[in-house]
Amino acid sequence: MAIKSLEELKKIREASKKKVDLREKGESTEGMTEILIGMATCGIAAGARETMKALYEAIDEAGLDNVRIIQVGCMGYCHSEPTVQVSQPSKAPVLYGKVDEQIAREIITKHILKDEFIDDHLLNKTFVKA
Amino acid sequence: MSNFTRQVMVCGGTGCIASESDVIIDRFREGLASLGLEGEVQVLKTGCFGFCGQGPIVKIHPDNVFYVKVTPADVSEIIQEHLIKGRRIERLLFTDPKTQIRLEKHEKMEFYQKQYRIALRNCGFINPEDIEEYIAFNGYEALGIVLSEKTPQEVVQIVKDSGLRGRGGGGFSTGLKWELAAKSPGNEKYIICNADEGDPGAFMDRSILEGDPHSVLEAMAIGGYAMGANHGMIYIRAEYPLAIERLNIAMKQAREMGFIGKDIFGSGFDFDIEIKLGAGAFVCGEETALIHSMEGQRGEPTKKPPFPAEQGYKGKPTSVNNVETLANICPIILKGPEWFGSIGTATSKGTKVFALAGKVNNVGLVEVPMGTTLREIIFEIGGGIPDGKAFKAVQTGGPSGGVITQADLDTPIDYESLKSIGSMMGSGGMIVMDEDDDMVEIAKFYLDFTQDESCGKCTPCRIGTKRMFEILERLTNLEGDPEDLEKLQDLGRMIKDSALCGLGQTAPNPVLSTMKYFPEEYEAYARREKKTTYAIDSEKCIGCTACVRVCPVNCITGSVKEPHVIDETVCIACGACYDVCRFDAVVKP
Repeated sequence: MAIKSLEELKKIREASKKKVDLREKGESTEGMTEILIGMATCGIAAGARETMKALYEAIDEAGLDNVRIIQVGCMGYCHSEPTVQVSQPSKAPVLYGKVDEQIAREIITKHILKDEFIDDHLLNKTFVKA
Repeated sequence: MSNFTRQVMVCGGTGCIASESDVIIDRFREGLASLGLEGEVQVLKTGCFGFCGQGPIVKIHPDNVFYVKVTPADVSEIIQEHLIKGRRIERLLFTDPKTQIRLEKHEKMEFYQKQYRIALRNCGFINPEDIEEYIAFNGYEALGIVLSEKTPQEVVQIVKDSGLRGRGGGGFSTGLKWELAAKSPGNEKYIICNADEGDPGAFMDRSILEGDPHSVLEAMAIGGYAMGANHGMIYIRAEYPLAIERLNIAMKQAREMGFIGKDIFGSGFDFDIEIKLGAGAFVCGEETALIHSMEGQRGEPTKKPPFPAEQGYKGKPTSVNNVETLANICPIILKGPEWFGSIGTATSKGTKVFALAGKVNNVGLVEVPMGTTLREIIFEIGGGIPDGKAFKAVQTGGPSGGVITQADLDTPIDYESLKSIGSMMGSGGMIVMDEDDDMVEIAKFYLDFTQDESCGKCTPCRIGTKRMFEILERLTNLEGDPEDLEKLQDLGRMIKDSALCGLGQTAPNPVLSTMKYFPEEYEAYARREKKTTYAIDSEKCIGCTACVRVCPVNCITGSVKEPHVIDETVCIACGACYDVCRFDAVVKP
């Protein structure tokens, strides 16, 4: 599989980018949107793992490279798990409750891409302020 | 996107492995597998993060949390608390030595804030044993561009224009070195990577080879193309086994992907690299001695000219370049010489990696733009002197350099400025000393090293350094005389003027420079005064007997609850009593 041109090298680079994607996003400091997902026992029991998977898939499908997903602990809203907070740069964080796979996709397609809130799932506290 | 949602990056540099980071990696893998999380959390071994004093370091992404001084026993807690429950483990976060605040992200730490990483760009960020990770960060693109779009002359010109100078200590223009070798007649030429890092305390070359070996291989191929060399060689000391192992892995991968070997990038350019192991002699960092050692001869220097660019390895034109120098090449090609030239001072461009050690809070590898002051390095990046002690001096340039005192702390560092204040850049060792350090002992330590490492070929170095060392021993044993100081000065100057190579010419520097800045310490030894005696303040001593119990020579006497006394004729001034006393009763004169 000897590489014989810059184009071939660039193809390998694009394929390899995924290996280092988590790190690169983790190290970026500016312009990153953070999606915090409650991954405590209550969250996981309510399906946070599936929610997180859906978030990853939706981000991948939308081709977003400025969003990172951070797994966090429980904030006491066990009745509304899984909880997901969206923190966009220079905007107030927004917290959603009862986020199943469908809502997770909507968070990406509506909230992040179109700036529309998913009103039925809004909670009035955030991980930062709770 | 991979299915991993988390990456655990564990430092796999020699320093952290010595503190069991390899066990930490195994524990992570076992622990995650037992929970069925091996498909979600990826555990990676990286190169050195540079913050060696805080090792082993474990970083978790994308959370970007930086854990320090992690032990194998902490692993299950990190898995349970951080990876499963999403809670930070406070006690494993770095505590800022000045504010005592625990910091979670490395970019908030003063140690990293003033750094600018070019040579160390990938260290601690990629898995050095995976060529694809190197490629993901533009690896081998510089080589591809050079081979498909540039002529060898253009490459030489780019490196010349960048202002890059040799990072091994000499400070000679890298572009000029390549140009000289390119212009020397002959079809058989060599580019040698000098990885014989011998300066005690310096370990940047090792860290680069361990953390980012491909960056050096790629630069060697670029250099080979620029000067018309088809052979690359890495001269590395056998006592760097991990660096050698990673280099071998990297070379195998680069060969499989065609970055070294025949017809690279379809350009018709052939280039191969081999490793030559050295036995770890300090003098073999000198390029002529290095070449002799590679040829199977004794590692002794010969006079220049002829320079290796004309007659080097096997008498053929050769360029010898240091590891850190080579690590700067690819960014220069990719970002342009103007970018590189915009960093640094008028005469010294780019950055320099320093190995910060000694009496400083944040021990580690730091890369800063040329022109950064010593005060910024020691007091901001380094976090100052531990235990509130006063700064005394810093030794730069290792056994070839000299001490720099408080008065020169604000000098912006570059090759010229360090020389003008009586030291030198060297390979970038930086040993910080505090008020308790004895400068004569420090000079003696360095001279002991150089007289031991002298190859013995020329008389001034072989005999001169030995005699200087003997005089220092006489002084510190309180058997010297005031005329010994003159002898030291005369001998030092003579060796500097008459030794054959850089080792001898610089060997007296630590002695001459400490004599210049701290003459009173030498004079006190010449008068045969004991350097420190400890005494007990009878007003403050409550007779707790703590000092009696720690004194190694049993020179403290006194009964319980009565003031104690130190017998000064027996006291060896070790300071143990001073450290243990809780009532400030032990006084240093």
